[in-house]
Amino acid sequence: MESKKNLRFAFRQTIPVMLGYIFLGTAFGLMLNDAGYHFLWALLISVAVYAGSMQFVMVTLFTGGASLIYTALMTLFINGRHIFYGLSLIEKFKQMGKSYPYMVFSLTDETYSVLCRTKIPEGLNEKKIMFYISLLNHSYWILGSVLGALAGQMITFNTAGIEFSMTALFTAIVVEQWQEKSNRIPVFIGGISSIIFLAILGPDRFIMPALMLSVAAILFMKKVILREGKYD
Amino acid sequence: MINISHSLAIIAVVALCTAFLRYAPFLVFAGRKTVPAWITYLGKFLPPAIMTTLVFYCLRNIEFLKGNFGVPEIIATGLVIILHSWKKNILLTVAAGTILYMVMVQSRIF
Repeated sequence: MESKKNLRFAFRQTIPVMLGYIFLGTAFGLMLNDAGYHFLWALLISVAVYAGSMQFVMVTLFTGGASLIYTALMTLFINGRHIFYGLSLIEKFKQMGKSYPYMVFSLTDETYSVLCRTKIPEGLNEKKIMFYISLLNHSYWILGSVLGALAGQMITFNTAGIEFSMTALFTAIVVEQWQEKSNRIPVFIGGISSIIFLAILGPDRFIMPALMLSVAAILFMKKVILREGKYD
Repeated sequence: MINISHSLAIIAVVALCTAFLRYAPFLVFAGRKTVPAWITYLGKFLPPAIMTTLVFYCLRNIEFLKGNFGVPEIIATGLVIILHSWKKNILLTVAAGTILYMVMVQSRIF
């Protein structure tokens, strides 16, 4: 029964991602299907790669017959931000035991954000819940992409704008983090770094330098940030 | 006609590169007995900066000077901030923000 409680709690945490992943996954499956790849391809890619925006780019790599070197560079470039997620979860994941490799493998933007915001209530098992969250999110993505490849054409309602669910999720999490005073300087740092590099490098290349600047600034301002934390 | 072997090779390369990026920090730091203090510190204060950057990442393609001037994004994000500060219910916030955004985009009122 204990296990069921853990699963139920984990499920509740993932509902916003479910909404986004099933629809975005469907969009991916549909796009893949249009390029001539049936649902088994969608299944393979979503199980083995599991990286939202990169999978969309991948369809264009397929159809354009991209070279493997170009593919590798594109991937490192688009997914480079993932390095930073691990950096802030090392200690938590080290205690995960057998599921540790999977936790790292499945660390997408959305899973990272849910893992960061989830506070485990008394009496529930943190490790199990973290594992369920990762696994559930991954399965929504797989389910969506296979559905899209199989039956995308049958979706008759207009889904334009559904991708905003991810923006809403991330924004809501920033609002939550803002409640804790010691997080406010890091929020500012993240915002200012983003604006600086959006202005200099534009939308396609800003994220890596912005994250690097954030890490540097957070380390550099350690004293000020920790002082803020004391007055929480 | 799709090129099966080349497509499989592309999948393998993308999968390996993505996994490499996700494992990199763990390969460097997790093997140590004690995690360096600055990693523990980043673990606490890097997430708010990353989440803020992800918001900008989602909104990166808004064009403030053309088309709808980013009005739907601004209004929907504003609703999300206000609603979440007030009700603190993540499902309500995400659902309301997304529905409002979809209505604005689909009806082309801006």
